[in-house]
Amino acid sequence: MSEIVLEARDIVRDYHVPGGMFGKGRTVHAVKGVSLKVEKGKTLAIVGESGCGKSTLARILTMIDAPTAGELFIDGHQVDITTGGLTPEMRRKVQIVFQNPYGSLNPRQKIGDVLMEPLIINSNTPATERRDRAMTMLTKVGLKPEHFNRYPHMFSGGQRQRIAIARALMLNPSLLVLDEPVSALDLSVQAQVLNLLADLQDEFALTYVFISHDLSVVRYIADEVMVMYFGEAVEYGTRDAVFSNPQHDYTKTLFAATPRADVESIRKRLAKKNAA
Amino acid sequence: MALLEIENLTVTFETAAGPLRAVDGVSLAVSEGEVLAIVGESGSGKSVSMLAVMGLLPWTATVKADRMTFGGRDILSLSPAARRKIIGKDIAMIFQEPIASLNPCFTVGFQLEEALRQHMGLRGQAARRRAVELLEAVGIPDPEERLGHFPHQMSGGQCQRVMIAMAISCNPKLLIADEPTTALDVTIQKQILDLLMRLQAEQNMAMIMITHNMGVVAETADRVVVQYKGRKMEEADVLSLFEAPKHPYTKALLSALPDNATGDRLPTISDFAIDDTPYTGAGA
Repeated sequence: MSEIVLEARDIVRDYHVPGGMFGKGRTVHAVKGVSLKVEKGKTLAIVGESGCGKSTLARILTMIDAPTAGELFIDGHQVDITTGGLTPEMRRKVQIVFQNPYGSLNPRQKIGDVLMEPLIINSNTPATERRDRAMTMLTKVGLKPEHFNRYPHMFSGGQRQRIAIARALMLNPSLLVLDEPVSALDLSVQAQVLNLLADLQDEFALTYVFISHDLSVVRYIADEVMVMYFGEAVEYGTRDAVFSNPQHDYTKTLFAATPRADVESIRKRLAKKNAA
Repeated sequence: MALLEIENLTVTFETAAGPLRAVDGVSLAVSEGEVLAIVGESGSGKSVSMLAVMGLLPWTATVKADRMTFGGRDILSLSPAARRKIIGKDIAMIFQEPIASLNPCFTVGFQLEEALRQHMGLRGQAARRRAVELLEAVGIPDPEERLGHFPHQMSGGQCQRVMIAMAISCNPKLLIADEPTTALDVTIQKQILDLLMRLQAEQNMAMIMITHNMGVVAETADRVVVQYKGRKMEEADVLSLFEAPKHPYTKALLSALPDNATGDRLPTISDFAIDDTPYTGAGA
């Protein structure tokens, strides 16, 4: 059996909304007992609509946020950020790429500094080596060494997402959480970034947790798929099982709602329209 | 005769770095009751060409066209006042970001009734009744109560429904939808597209659907215009475009769909040698 990089058991996350002068406080159950396991080198896709708790789950998996209940294991070690004692070594293992490449880069920081900052914070790599590693990473994600001294506004959306991916990879993580990494990108750029992610996965044996609401992207990239609905995992299985035989009603609705771009369905639609 | 006819439209922006040509010699026509999709990446000039029709471009933009007629009238030479009588009434537009395109300071009802006051001359109770009717038509529950709500009290999908209600409030002949579902979830996207197509069929509106999503094109369009770097690459009816794309750019666009992935890698635009000359063979 291959190595389990990430395991979560019954993760629960509640948010307490404090009461104001007129209202009583209430509790929002964002994630309600989600369990998952991802093997090394595999991709788990988490699908769901906005507000279903998939980004909350991503924050918990990246150790940004603590779960209200449940256990999280990374590389076999249990992680609990509430009690402290999280070593830089643990932090290094999990990195995240956010959805909006326009919001996730500091506009006043040069690309080189963006890439070197994780090294400054988490390791004591000497300056020259930091620079070399940043340069190498820059070329690895398909950018050029002359981009090192440029600012984020000089890049297109696809290039910025490459920078965000490069920043996440600077610390050689074993797990990369990708929170809708291509949903803000054009179709052709999306294809380039997906190819890049596939190449990097092969090269560094990376494990991905890929959050998306685009089923065609998920079908392309995922090994396993989890469908979330109102904080619960309503469907969890291998890609082929989920796509060929969806069990839950919500998954079926989701499949039915995805626009189809094949010739056969266009024919059907036009025939229906002409008949009407 | 086509409802909207554009011939050789060019839009140039004055920028600090010199003139920038965003739309370069685009011609297109839409007939009554027809759905035309304009497809392209960001920066392909698809929104700008429609904003030029609406007259919504900033003063830095220069719009030139050999012909731009709506219902036989030349809209470029109209006085601003005469043009405003057409814009918003006979030609209506829906924008991409529903929450950003509604005014946060006014209630939904006020904004809906404003269009009715301006173009239809409805006042007071009559305007209110029509507003309720419209919200009902776009499938918003409790329309009377919703009229008093502010945009921030509604979800993205509901705000888009309000935008659609506003756009169809004056029974437009042409509805321009600029990426109407890009900011929405798949399930909501389906509902909004179904709603738009139902309204389009019921009122026999002409519709221009601007999008970069090939799935949306496949589900809605009769005819498709593919735009790239401000120029029209290809024009075809929807079936022949998907069955046998003529221009290399269209081929590239279609094969970049993850649905059509055959091997381990997705083909990208750069895998295709693309000349940006429009396809001018038979049928274009």
